Amino acid sequence: MLSVEGLRSKYGRIEVLHGITLEVHSGEIVTLVGANGAGKTTLLRCLSGVQPVSQGTIHFRGENLTGTAPHTRVCQGLLQSPEGRQIFTNLSVEENLRLGAYRYRDERVEKDMQEAYALFPILREKRNLPAGGLSGGQQQMLAIARALMGRPICLLLDEPSLGLAPILVDQILDTVKSLKEMGVTVFVVEQNAFAALSIADRGYVMETGQIIMAAPAQDLLADDRVREAYLGV
Amino acid sequence: MSELLQFVFSGLTVGAVYALVALGFTIIYNASEVVNFSQGEFVMLGGMLTVFIFEAGLPLWGAAFLAIFITALVGVLLNKLAIEPARGASVVNLIIITIGASIFLRGLAQIIFDKQLHRYPSFSGDDPLHIAGATLLPQSIWVMFGAAFVFAGLYAFFTRTLTGKAILATANNRLAARLVGINTNFIMALSFGLSAAVGATAGVLVTPITLTSYDIGVMLALKGFAAAMLGGMGNPFGALVGGLFIGLIEATTAGYLTSEYKDAAAFIVILLTLFVMPQGLFGAKSMERV
Repeated sequence: MLSVEGLRSKYGRIEVLHGITLEVHSGEIVTLVGANGAGKTTLLRCLSGVQPVSQGTIHFRGENLTGTAPHTRVCQGLLQSPEGRQIFTNLSVEENLRLGAYRYRDERVEKDMQEAYALFPILREKRNLPAGGLSGGQQQMLAIARALMGRPICLLLDEPSLGLAPILVDQILDTVKSLKEMGVTVFVVEQNAFAALSIADRGYVMETGQIIMAAPAQDLLADDRVREAYLGV
Repeated sequence: MSELLQFVFSGLTVGAVYALVALGFTIIYNASEVVNFSQGEFVMLGGMLTVFIFEAGLPLWGAAFLAIFITALVGVLLNKLAIEPARGASVVNLIIITIGASIFLRGLAQIIFDKQLHRYPSFSGDDPLHIAGATLLPQSIWVMFGAAFVFAGLYAFFTRTLTGKAILATANNRLAARLVGINTNFIMALSFGLSAAVGATAGVLVTPITLTSYDIGVMLALKGFAAAMLGGMGNPFGALVGGLFIGLIEATTAGYLTSEYKDAAAFIVILLTLFVMPQGLFGAKSMERV
C-alpha cells in the first residue's frame, strides 16, 4: 500500500535520512522504533510532503506521490497525526475536528465527528473550548481524532504516546488496534518501542537515518539487541 | 462642545479608513506573519481605478465594484509573482519585498493614471447633516457604515465558514494546516486578495472626501500600520480600535493644536506603543506561541 524506496532527505546540507526503504501492506499495523533523533519524524514528514525529499520515491496505492503537495496526499487518504500534537490551539475542539475533514463538505462529516466523540468522550465534553486549554493527553486524542476526520486509508501516527500517563498510553494503543479493525492501515512511529511492538504486525528499527532491522513485531520483541537497546531489559 | 463633536465626526471618518487599512495588514499578517507595506497602494488603487473607470462611462457603483475586484486581483498577483517565489526567505526579506512592491505599484499608477488629484461625486450628495451644532457629510456616514459592514462581513467569514477557519488554522499552526490538507498556498493567495479588496473598499469609500492620487498610499499605510501596532498586530478587533483611536487623536490634534502636527500624532502613537507595550492593546493573546 505504502512503499518507500531509497528515500533521502536533508536539512540544509546535513543529510538526516540515508536511503530509507520500507513497505506497509494494506490492513497492517507497522511500527518504526528508534531512539530520539534517529530521523523517524523526518521520515513521516517526507511521507506527508511537508519535508523535501532529495532522492528516492514514495508510492501510495500504486501512485507515485514523490514531490506532490501535502493536500493532494491527504485527498488520497494518506493522513498524519503529527508529533507534538500540532493542534490549532486558538480554535475550539470541534473546529479542530471540522478542519480535519477540510476536504469534505458532506453529511459524513457530522457522522465521523460523532464517531470521534464516541471514541474520545472527553472531547465531546470540551468541544466548545479552545483546544489550547486541553491537557496533553486530550490534545493527543484530538490530534488522532482530527486525522481520523480526514478519512484515512493509511494513518501515519507520530509518537502517539509521547508524554502520556500509562493509562492513557493503553487507551491510545487500544484505539490504534480498533483502527485496524475498522480497516485503516497504520504506520506508527514510537520511542516507546515495547508499547508499539506489542500492537504491531511488523516493525522496523531505525538508527541515525537508516533502517537497521526489519522483522515481524514478535521477533523484534524477542530479539536480544532490540531488547537491550530499546526495551530496556 | 459642538467643536469636540465635530472633531469626533472627522476622527471617526478617517479612523474608519485607518481601521480598514489596519485590518488589511492583519489579514496578511495572520496568514503569513508578513507585514505587507503595499497595503496603502491597495487603498490608492481602489480610489484611482474607480475614478478612471467612472470617467470611462460606467455608473459609479459599477466602477467601484470593478475597482475592488481588480485590486483584489492585483493582491493575488502580488502574492503569486513576488511573495510565493520567495518562499523560504525570512519574514524580514518578505517585508522588504512588499516595500518594493509598493514602490512599483506607485510608479505604475503614476504612468497608467497621472499625478493629479482626483475625486468622484459623493454617493449621496454633499449636503451636510447638522447634528448638535456639528456637521456630518453623508459620505462620512458611508465610510463609517462601510467599514462596519466590512468588519461584520469578515467576522462572519472567519467564524462561520470553513474557508475562514482554514485561514485562522493556517495562521495558528501552518504545519498542522498542511497536514489536514489545507492548501496553504491557496490560503496565502486568498488572504492577499481579501486584504487588497478591504484596502480598495477603504479607498472607494473615502475618495470623495479626501481625494486621491498615486501617492496617497504611503501615508495611509503608515497610519494603518500605527493602528495595527496599537491594537496589537494580528488582532482584527485591535485593528478596529487602533484605527478609530488614531483617527480621533489625529482629528483632535488638528483641531486643538495645529493641523501641521496632525500626521505626527500617529507616529507618536507608534513610538509610545513600541516603548511602553510593544504587543499593543490586544496583542498579547495573538503573540502566544505554544
